[in-house]
Amino acid sequence: MLQVSNLSVARGGISLLYDVSFSVQPGQALVLRGANGIGKTSLLRCIAGLQQPISGTISGSETVAYAAHADGLKGQLSVLENLKFWSEVYGGPAPKSALVAYDLQELAQRSAANLSAGQKRRLGLARMLVTGCGLWVMDEPTVSLDAQNVALFRIVLQAHLKSGGAAVLTTHIDLDLSGENLDLTGYIATAQRSSSTFEEALE
Amino acid sequence: MIQLFMRDIGLAVRSGGGFGLALIFFLIVVVLIPFALGPDQFALALVAPGVLWLGALLACLLSLDRIFGLDYEDGSLDLLASSPLPLESVYIAKAAAHWLTTGLPLALAAPLLGVLLNLSFDAGMALCFSLLLGTPALSLIGAFGATLTLGIKRGGLLLSLLVLPLYVPTLIFGAQAVRSASLGQPFDVPLVLILAISLGAVAILPFASGAALRINLR
Repeated sequence: MLQVSNLSVARGGISLLYDVSFSVQPGQALVLRGANGIGKTSLLRCIAGLQQPISGTISGSETVAYAAHADGLKGQLSVLENLKFWSEVYGGPAPKSALVAYDLQELAQRSAANLSAGQKRRLGLARMLVTGCGLWVMDEPTVSLDAQNVALFRIVLQAHLKSGGAAVLTTHIDLDLSGENLDLTGYIATAQRSSSTFEEALE
Repeated sequence: MIQLFMRDIGLAVRSGGGFGLALIFFLIVVVLIPFALGPDQFALALVAPGVLWLGALLACLLSLDRIFGLDYEDGSLDLLASSPLPLESVYIAKAAAHWLTTGLPLALAAPLLGVLLNLSFDAGMALCFSLLLGTPALSLIGAFGATLTLGIKRGGLLLSLLVLPLYVPTLIFGAQAVRSASLGQPFDVPLVLILAISLGAVAILPFASGAALRINLR
């Protein structure tokens, strides 16, 4: 579903990760581990196609559903309208089941600006369901969720995996998934600035 | 693309300010001009074409940094970029929504406001046509400038500096069309040139903006 081979990642001209390789099969969740600032988010942004890696290839899935730190919600739109928009953009399933999965039915008509942080995050996670994408790329999905909603997230994620989906996520809590962990500590690039084309031209 | 266009229009109407801001600014500028220049009707008619076009242009400028800025701040631009929607389409949808919520109301209101500046009926029609053909170029060039200044804090000033020189040809031909009409001369040539600018902007700027977005989101 996703093959990452010999990937090197930089952020702001500074090399973070070097020569990362892994693959994710359908039904599998890969949890990226590592200290703050190690490059987890940059790696996920590469997979989501928002950032070019320095070297290496990413192949497998043509469209991915990406959940960033920011939920990308429009405060003026209602919960239902937010989901509907993303469902239409991706051509995914109707928002109804996503609302049910994250227990948002009663909030469906409330404007997203009036949601609590945890409710916003649940709406942001419900967005993954309406994309209809097989591969979920999630950056710290459990931030600002309480224990009950983390359990809810686990149920939704496991249902997604069971139906042949896959996920790559970063988290600092123990989600107790059957998937495997990848500790990025072994891939830290030596502290050097990545060679830009400008520097290559100088040499 | 249609969904994004509809969403942006819905957001502009709902948030208030976004929709009526340009129109009200334009109204205020045009109403204040006679107070500043004095009540001489001939002098007003003389400056009316240029002032009306300049007012519309500056009104257009007001809401440019919101086109991409709001989506960038709340993270939805990242999500749009990772969606199957090409960034070129994102740009077109957003520029079109900006035109419909600022350019079109300006073009329709301008002939009415022209009355305040003693603009003749023929010149008012020329003003309406020239704005109808020219405001798409203003929205497209402005949205392109917005993609270039994306992510820069207080980028509004830089955006104006980048975009205003690019607005000059549209302004020259637009004001020229209205001036010719007010003198009873044919004004088809400047109108065609304005249309050419708008069409050129539609053809080229989506690709430039898509590239600028990709770089700025990196």
